[in-house]
Amino acid sequence: MKLVVQSALSRRNFLATTTLLSAGTVALLAGNTALAQGLATNPSADVGILNVALGLEHEAINAYQLGAGSGLLQKPVLDIAVSFQSHHKQHRDALIATIQKLGGRPVEEKKLDEYAKALNAAALKSQGDVLDLAARLELGATNAYLGVIPAFKDAALAKVAARLAADEAMHWTILTNALGRPLPASALSFGA
Amino acid sequence: MSSISKRFSTLALSFFVLQTSVVFADATRGKSLYESRCVGCHSIDANRVGPAHRGVVGRKVGGVADFDYSPALKGSKLVWDEQLLQRWLINPEALIPGQRMGYSVSDAKDRTDLVDYLQTQK
Repeated sequence: MKLVVQSALSRRNFLATTTLLSAGTVALLAGNTALAQGLATNPSADVGILNVALGLEHEAINAYQLGAGSGLLQKPVLDIAVSFQSHHKQHRDALIATIQKLGGRPVEEKKLDEYAKALNAAALKSQGDVLDLAARLELGATNAYLGVIPAFKDAALAKVAARLAADEAMHWTILTNALGRPLPASALSFGA
Repeated sequence: MSSISKRFSTLALSFFVLQTSVVFADATRGKSLYESRCVGCHSIDANRVGPAHRGVVGRKVGGVADFDYSPALKGSKLVWDEQLLQRWLINPEALIPGQRMGYSVSDAKDRTDLVDYLQTQK
């Protein structure tokens, strides 16, 4: 059996300045708007960081759209891809709601063609190609959200980030399995 | 210390620094790091959540023509070089307040390898 040797290299990610996220933002992401309204926030800093996350979710949604529309995915993989896309749409909606609650303007979704160009969708020739792209994006998202956690002083924010990361890690795991790739040889392979 | 000794010491120190740089900068490892950490937002040749990285070394900060930068980056007069990239990866907000990238790399070896890899992407 071919072993995938996961690097022990650090994978701290792009949201490492999440100490800027306020407890109010945490509450909004957790669905507790009443609590959020009672807490002081730092809207401009929060909105900037949340918009980066929203940009990632927009891209993920469109990546799955490209995959689903490519004609390359067969059932049941197609159904799974659509299911994962719906998860990202829920992440998107939660982020948009939070940004708007903070008085910010959510970054807009680009056109599908723009995502297709940026992700080099023209190079996708097989189901495996689509799954490989999705797996790379899901791993990036997993590590992005995990990268938030060490910076947290607020345990509630850490929990929200962990929940988002768990969704992405679940996606990556299923995609990796669908690709016929083995599980990581070592533990603690995410977010290192 | 004699003049000759001083010169020898300086030469030895320079050699050590050079040796350190040559031994530890690892673009191959940097590529692996890039794949695991950066591709969530960046690609070498395409603008995504973040700008494309090809040619970043030597480029003006905020210099990718068709990328929607923050005003802070767009207005910067800095030019990316090895040292500036190192400082950016340590703490982007400290270097250019108002920028949007929350990502930082705390480990010096990781930063060195990432920057070394980026230098190969001309």
